[in-house]
Amino acid sequence: MSEVRIVVNGVERVGVVEGRTLLSGFLRDGLGLTGTHVGCDTSQCGACVVHVDGQAVKSCTMFAVEADGRSVDTIEGQAAPDGTLNAIQQAFQDHHGLQCGFCTPGMVMSAAALLKENPTPGEAEIREYLEGNLCRCTGYHNIVKAILAASGQDVAAIAAE
Amino acid sequence: MPKDHGIGASPKRREDVRFLSGTGNYTDDINLNGQAYVHFLRSDVAHGRIDRVDTAAAAAMPGVVRIFTGADFEGVGGLPCGWQVTDRHGQPMAEPGHPVLAQGKVRHVGDPIAAVVADTYEQARDAAEAIELDIEELPAVVDMKAALRDGAPKVHDDLAGNLCYDWGFVEENREAVDKAIKEAAHVTTLELVNQRMVANPMEPRVAVGDYNRATGDHTLYTTSQNPHVIRLLMGAFVLGIPEHKLRVVAPDVGGGFGTKIFHYAEEAFCTFAAKAVNRPVKWTSSRSEAFMSDAHGRDHVTKIELALDAENNFVALRTDTHANMGAYLSTFAPSVPTWLHGTLMAGNYKTPLIYVNVKAVFTNTVPVDAYRGAGRPEATFQLERVIDKAARELGVDPVALRRQNFITEFPYATPVAVEYDTGDYNATMDKLIEIGDFAGFAARRAASEAKGKLRGLGVNCYIEACGIAPSNLVGQLGARAGLYESATVRVNATGGLVVMTGSHSHGQGHETAFPQVIAEMIGIDESMVEIVHGDTANTPMGMGTYGSRSLAVGGSAMVRATEKIINKAKRIAAHLMEASESDIELKDGQFSVAGTDKSVAWGDVTLAAYVPHNYPLEDIEPGLEETAFYDPSNFTYPSGAYACEVEVDPETGRVTIERMTAADDFGNIVNPMIVSGQVHGGLAQGIGQALLEGCVYDENGQLLSASYMDYAMPRADDLPFYTVDHSCVTPCTHNPLGVKGCGEAGAIGSPPSVVNAVVDALQSAGRDVTHIDMPLSPARVWAALQG
Amino acid sequence: MYSFEVDKPGSVEAAVAALQIEEAMALGGGQTLIPTLKQRLASPSRLVSLAGIAEMKGVSAVDGVVTIGGGTPHATVAREAAGAYPALAALAGNIGDPAVRNRGTIGGSLANNDPAACYPSAALASGATIVTSSREIAADDYFQGMFTTALHEGEIVTAVRFPVPQAASYQKFEQPASRFALVGVFLARFAEGVRVAVTGASEDGVFRWSEAEEALNKEFRADALTGLAIAPENMIADLHGTKEYRAHLVSVMTKRAIRAVG
Repeated sequence: MSEVRIVVNGVERVGVVEGRTLLSGFLRDGLGLTGTHVGCDTSQCGACVVHVDGQAVKSCTMFAVEADGRSVDTIEGQAAPDGTLNAIQQAFQDHHGLQCGFCTPGMVMSAAALLKENPTPGEAEIREYLEGNLCRCTGYHNIVKAILAASGQDVAAIAAE
Repeated sequence: MPKDHGIGASPKRREDVRFLSGTGNYTDDINLNGQAYVHFLRSDVAHGRIDRVDTAAAAAMPGVVRIFTGADFEGVGGLPCGWQVTDRHGQPMAEPGHPVLAQGKVRHVGDPIAAVVADTYEQARDAAEAIELDIEELPAVVDMKAALRDGAPKVHDDLAGNLCYDWGFVEENREAVDKAIKEAAHVTTLELVNQRMVANPMEPRVAVGDYNRATGDHTLYTTSQNPHVIRLLMGAFVLGIPEHKLRVVAPDVGGGFGTKIFHYAEEAFCTFAAKAVNRPVKWTSSRSEAFMSDAHGRDHVTKIELALDAENNFVALRTDTHANMGAYLSTFAPSVPTWLHGTLMAGNYKTPLIYVNVKAVFTNTVPVDAYRGAGRPEATFQLERVIDKAARELGVDPVALRRQNFITEFPYATPVAVEYDTGDYNATMDKLIEIGDFAGFAARRAASEAKGKLRGLGVNCYIEACGIAPSNLVGQLGARAGLYESATVRVNATGGLVVMTGSHSHGQGHETAFPQVIAEMIGIDESMVEIVHGDTANTPMGMGTYGSRSLAVGGSAMVRATEKIINKAKRIAAHLMEASESDIELKDGQFSVAGTDKSVAWGDVTLAAYVPHNYPLEDIEPGLEETAFYDPSNFTYPSGAYACEVEVDPETGRVTIERMTAADDFGNIVNPMIVSGQVHGGLAQGIGQALLEGCVYDENGQLLSASYMDYAMPRADDLPFYTVDHSCVTPCTHNPLGVKGCGEAGAIGSPPSVVNAVVDALQSAGRDVTHIDMPLSPARVWAALQG
Repeated sequence: MYSFEVDKPGSVEAAVAALQIEEAMALGGGQTLIPTLKQRLASPSRLVSLAGIAEMKGVSAVDGVVTIGGGTPHATVAREAAGAYPALAALAGNIGDPAVRNRGTIGGSLANNDPAACYPSAALASGATIVTSSREIAADDYFQGMFTTALHEGEIVTAVRFPVPQAASYQKFEQPASRFALVGVFLARFAEGVRVAVTGASEDGVFRWSEAEEALNKEFRADALTGLAIAPENMIADLHGTKEYRAHLVSVMTKRAIRAVG
């Protein structure tokens, strides 16, 4: 067991973890931040994506001890303190970019990482960037549309509601 | 102008705020004080005799609370099957037992043998490895036809063989169909596989059992599309717990697609074990575990023959299907290849004679049950593929051949026992051709060919029967449950409403769409209506969400309950305004007396109902709360026409979807945004089945596609933007909303058009390819190209 | 996962010392190892994380050689090698997905030598030198079959030196589920000759297609491969493709690589 100090959503959190404790487990079980989801065990689905020192990582494929001394951002830290959704979250709601909501935290975190790297990605770039985020509900149509919209691009021409 | 509220508007979904901010409440987010964790020791062989399970050493491992084996469940009921099919000869299906934990034999990879309950998950897993197990491996049967041969290994020793049932429909038509086919001018025959699928909702299944020793109350938190069904099946048939002592809660559910309808062993185990160890017991499925414990879908092998006369009119249809049940009968498994499949074989066409034969077969594989569409995609796929093949054989336009045979007059009674109430198949086809820009296809094909690619256009129609169903009818067909839906509408004193519904959303947005209906009926803002669902403790008995039934059946129950509310409110309003009840009108949240300027607001009436000072207590009870159960008089019949355009790389066989177009008739639409989203998701699943997904066993019953490393899930870059339209509307005639349901259409309607498109592309290059079995992986398409 | 401790040494020397402990394993980015541990297919007593070793990180380009620290994530390679060795950067930028690329490392990939991984083909085609904690190994000697390398117990890949070819291209045909290479061909054209390395295809892991190299050394154009074919016998057959299909794809991808480098 070892102690970790991780700045989570801007607040330093201290915990005692096993070597095998995954970052996703520390967030969910240790800190009660259950917005980060676990949907697979082969590092493919992306429901667990968080940012470590600003970079998107799969928190189910990183040990909590590896995040010691680092800064982690999760879905819970994305909205403003008063609960106002950020631009990406709002675009997902505006464009119906989610249905069951299970993949959504990872999608939002991946979208945030993408827009940081590339503020106005094209459709193909968005689809490629989401390679590691599976969604079973939306068929991705409205997710891609939401990310285009969140980046300030016109989505009026994209078919359907 | 699109509406901004009520029916037909697209308000933003209210559930999104919690999902987008990480504050949803999924079952795995629930942790109870003192909870223990269970790990299931599962069979790694497909078929074997359990000679010994010795848990002594494992039980002494750190943190172990208790280890359970099949012996602990000997006095406990097995998992029940909710549908009994009667075979061609009037005999009931073979119905083997399905113990919670294996007894005597294991019958598929993943069959649970023992369950270790421990303080932590890893301790449970450590101890499971210490269980001493002697299993004598037996020969396994995987292939359905092999399973039916004499001398094949028997999945269940106490049954006559591996045949579950041999179903004929309509049996009386059999000889007439045979004769018509023999005498037809042209017969097109196609043999195909509708491959086994894994539903893969992104949220894996979870169960948390809890028991209150002081009160004797059991609670199960579970990832379910229908908590009341679980309560009834588990309480009455497995554990013997009366429903008033058993609460089943399904909080936010992260997708289902059918696989979260069924009652699973893990649910019964956690409920049982929580009492046995007097601690909450939690199970969270890993994805790897899900692949071998969630019910799978599809898995049909079919031969279909379509007979046409000299004028290309369909004269008869005969199908012969083997349907895989897996090792046990999952909750609704027997109904899927029969009543949800055979009754749809008429499709959109006026084929006068149809005979469907289905042999359901036990194999040493994971049980198979309903998966998005359930039976209807299998029916649609074979029918729309054989029509396409017929058109190519006859050298006629596939669209024209379909149009020529469309049903055009409604209501229409099919030769397979259902009556379509409404539809306009030419309208959706016209719409498809317009929005799919068929006129531009030739130019697009030329552009593809200039790049060295092949381009194909595939079309299909579909019809589905959903909004299931009339209880008395499904009872005759073998359902062991009713299929009504329920709603309690509770109006609060200050005018707000709470609707407690037996439907349950697992992504469909009921919390947003249902209030739109009530807002429309009363003329108030949607924000005044709250939806409660997913908890048997505070909702009326309902049958849950599947089969595109929530709005058609659950919404209808809500309408009926709201009508009762309005009727009572009008009586109260009449009293308040000293007018005759028959003169009261409700509009925009105001009750008025016809022909006068007298009015009272909705809130005045609701307040009077709960503060009944000036109130006719001798005539009307106080309060404003009503319940309705709605049992439909027929299925609903959404229909549509779909088109797919693909590009094929002839060097590699890789298929890309260039355009996917859907023109649907869903009847009336409550929330167009949500409806489009449902179609999008269905299209992705249909394209996934057509091109990517497939659950594969080897001949020994080992699961080869056991994770996302080998089971190809559709990803964002596999798919295009879709073009969808649902402006063709023929309202359902028998439910109060005129709605038909939209949840499964995309998955039903898309696979045939994808395959038709690939065949079209290959034929455009002169290849003599008439069929490729799904998934149309690059390897398979390349092999087809080699001839 | 079985229980283990995680060490986080700050130097190669300390990491090598830590790996002397019985049943200790090196942890790179963990993108393959952690899923393996979840399945309980490995039971290390201790994981030695290489992530904190500064000397094992980074990309540099000097005198026609690109050197990549063994602990450098794919995303960094994709970004920082783009100028000096574009084909290598493109390969790195298409491994896994963005989140995987932020964690997975070149050293981890080469040490694991998955038969469908991308990096081994680049190392072999480039004639790279694998620098370890104790020696330097030529790529031609390093890869010894599926999941097998010349590395000894406890030896760490600290850097990889890639001679930069005149032109190069990596053509990957993805396995539809895992998105690993069903077949990947890395073609590198040096003044001294052409090297063609194939991943994903063979039961023996990454290999050089020497017949193609010879043909291309005579005449560098796609047509030069006419009549050449890989024998299907040693190809991998699985759910996603037969031996024949993989053999065919090797030709197709090689031709595409030739056309890509012009």
